[in-house]
Amino acid sequence: MNDYTNLTNTQKDVLREIGNIGAGNAATSMAKLLDKKIDMQVPSVKVVSFDEVMDLIGGPDELIAAVLFRIQGEAPGTVYFILSIEEAEFLINEIVPGFEGKLLADPVNEFAISALQEAGNILTGSYLSALSDFTSINMQPSVPYLSVDMAGAILTVGLLEVSQVSDYAIIIDTKINDQEVQKGVQGNFLLIPDPGSLSILFKALGIKDYD
Amino acid sequence: MTKAETMVKVGIADLNIVRAPGMIRTAGLGSCVGIVIYDEGKHIAGLSHILLPDSSLAKQTDINYFKYADTAIPILVNKLVGEGARRYALKAKLAGGAQMFHFTSNSDIMRIGPRNTEAVLAILEALRIPVIASDTGGKIGRTIEFNPQTNRLKIKKASKEEQFI
Repeated sequence: MNDYTNLTNTQKDVLREIGNIGAGNAATSMAKLLDKKIDMQVPSVKVVSFDEVMDLIGGPDELIAAVLFRIQGEAPGTVYFILSIEEAEFLINEIVPGFEGKLLADPVNEFAISALQEAGNILTGSYLSALSDFTSINMQPSVPYLSVDMAGAILTVGLLEVSQVSDYAIIIDTKINDQEVQKGVQGNFLLIPDPGSLSILFKALGIKDYD
Repeated sequence: MTKAETMVKVGIADLNIVRAPGMIRTAGLGSCVGIVIYDEGKHIAGLSHILLPDSSLAKQTDINYFKYADTAIPILVNKLVGEGARRYALKAKLAGGAQMFHFTSNSDIMRIGPRNTEAVLAILEALRIPVIASDTGGKIGRTIEFNPQTNRLKIKKASKEEQFI
């Protein structure tokens, strides 16, 4: 049986291009939102074990702020926009000048949470709409879900579908950041296609040698 | 802790055992469940970090037995007994099984946390291993650490005080 994680170079290029298109559009949205120039790194396509997925973000108990969408439709999957706690607070501060609250306050700061959720919604929404336009695949995103918690707990959600068929996940990871040297916003988009979606994505983009 | 004691780390879909004065730990449990099984007289403990409830869900030919509650827990018990733990003296503590996001779709896979906990409890019951303490459910991640010297399970949640069960 052919493991779904065996990718040819062409297939990896195609997935990298998917990350490029998605994050490129999201970076444009972020630039408008913050009125700053936003850079984007070259996307990386990784085939990683579940433990390595957590290590991409700093380890399983690293606290992060993540906005997640489940993608329904022809090519289901999960997309995350991930920020460190400091970056998330910085982003909230950029959107709501004068905000001094902490994201991990108890009780939670509803105002900060909803600002972050809205920012995540805009950015991840533009990632997905670019993806949908590029592939001509109808993608129906769920409502955005925000969580501020441990990376392991948050990222496992996106691995559940994959975990039923494999011990490895294919992850398309793209970083965006502003050009501030000192303190700035840097985020990661992670796209985790469900295993069955890969052949659909490849087919939509004209690659046929994938079963 | 003045001298460096062994800290055995258990990853996702993995299991391992430890003897005092060593400790055993797994990080970032969300919907996953961490099951500690221990013999308090012998100061030996095992920890399993399961991802899914039931190996019959597997659509994989070459399955990872450490990933599912129904296969991982019996393996952990055998490993403990093989290392000198007394089968009749085994007890369990568990944590995890959260539902991190309340998805509006009714997909079964998204209720996986509570289903994991249910599966673990059923298997422990079938194996006649009493559950001494547990901290499961909610929508929060957990990092756990077990000390087989004191038989206490330390639970750390995001931005919360540590607690012991």
